[in-house]
Amino acid sequence: MKVTIEQDRCIGTGQCVLAASSVFDQRDEDGIVVLLDDNPPADQADGVRRAAMVCPALAIRLAE
Amino acid sequence: MSTAAGPEIPDFPVARAPGCPFDPPPVWQALRNNAPVSKVRLWDGSTPWLVTRYADQRALLADPRVSVDSGRPGYPHLSPHGGGSNLGFLRMDDPEHSRLRRLVTAPFAVKRIEAMRPMVQKIVDDLVDGLLTGPKPVDLVEAFALPVPTLVISELLGVPYSDHQFFQENSTAVIRRTATMEERTAAGRNLGEYLGELVGRKLAEPRDDVLSELAARIKAGDLTHREATQIGVLLLIAGHETTANMIALGTVALMEHPNQLELLRRTDDPHVVATAVEELLRYLHITHNGMQRVAVDDIDIAGLTVHAGEGLLMLNEVGNRDPEAFPEAPDTLDITRDARHHIAFGFGVHQCLGQSLARMELQVVYSTLHRRIPTLRRAVGLDRIPFKHDAFIYGVHELPVTW
Repeated sequence: MKVTIEQDRCIGTGQCVLAASSVFDQRDEDGIVVLLDDNPPADQADGVRRAAMVCPALAIRLAE
Repeated sequence: MSTAAGPEIPDFPVARAPGCPFDPPPVWQALRNNAPVSKVRLWDGSTPWLVTRYADQRALLADPRVSVDSGRPGYPHLSPHGGGSNLGFLRMDDPEHSRLRRLVTAPFAVKRIEAMRPMVQKIVDDLVDGLLTGPKPVDLVEAFALPVPTLVISELLGVPYSDHQFFQENSTAVIRRTATMEERTAAGRNLGEYLGELVGRKLAEPRDDVLSELAARIKAGDLTHREATQIGVLLLIAGHETTANMIALGTVALMEHPNQLELLRRTDDPHVVATAVEELLRYLHITHNGMQRVAVDDIDIAGLTVHAGEGLLMLNEVGNRDPEAFPEAPDTLDITRDARHHIAFGFGVHQCLGQSLARMELQVVYSTLHRRIPTLRRAVGLDRIPFKHDAFIYGVHELPVTW
């Protein structure tokens, strides 16, 4: 699974962090998404898919 | 623009079915199945589109051709009072919305909210102590649901302890049902003046709180003092009445579903509590009038075209009951359901800024209240509970409880 993010779209709700905290984090200064792992292991796939689904700004793209 | 309304166009809003205070009006649930994007008539004769399906609501709320600017022609106004003048960036489109919102997102980041959990737990525990040592029956709204968010916002903004009582009295007066318009206006003005003055104090003496962060933005030239104060007021308004109503409404709903309440009371697993909160947010709806938008370009949706300049009402309480999104008995409260994809906080770039704080507060509240007062129950029949059918934010005006 290949993950890409668009920080310009992100609105910092942090739902991706709730869904997959080993893959997504938030910048200290403004809460904008930071990608920790652009090729997460299979056991993270469900959480990452969940993160992409609930992201209100459609800022997470997946290629499986 | 045509405002001619044929007799077949239903009025909006309408009452819930008698005896069903937790369910959306049946007429809108039926529209979701039969005509998921269809016209309704508002108080002023205007006829915006009512959008009732989950997928359509998500698509439109995330569509840059849809505006939240209440000054645009065609925007669906739900009352003659206008409203929205004090809502700041909530009623602005990008890029201005994004610029202002990004100045206040940091304190609402998941990790920073999680770090506030012990503080919120203490606030809730102290209030429960007060309930247990006070008279009963007691109105849970006044004694618990309203003070929880005010005290939390006080801490978040950085209101000194010595000012808590002033802050709480005025915050409550703004939304108290029995307050006159003069009292509300005066309380709102008191809060605005107070927060403006407090921002000034934070400029001189910054602490670890949101108003100090806003003060730092003033120094950096990102915000004026006035804008910073408006954002402080906005955070208070947006976080107070919403959370308070969700606390009280959720408590009523859990009391009406004793098996669900028992599951929640018996667990000490934070994951179970978090799942329950998501389901309560899905099932209940304090934003019972939905979300208002206006199309700025022609948009094809659900087999028809919404034209530029036409209003849109996204009724998320009906979207959250859509079996396409929640296939298992969507009209049933099931706190074990995975409901995390609900749109109770909206969707798109305007989705609730304070949602992580709201989630955490509700997790602490529901788990603590019912664990510490296991026999908590209504002191009057459900039919005597005054639900806020006519208010901007749904909930209960009063909730007399005993134990």
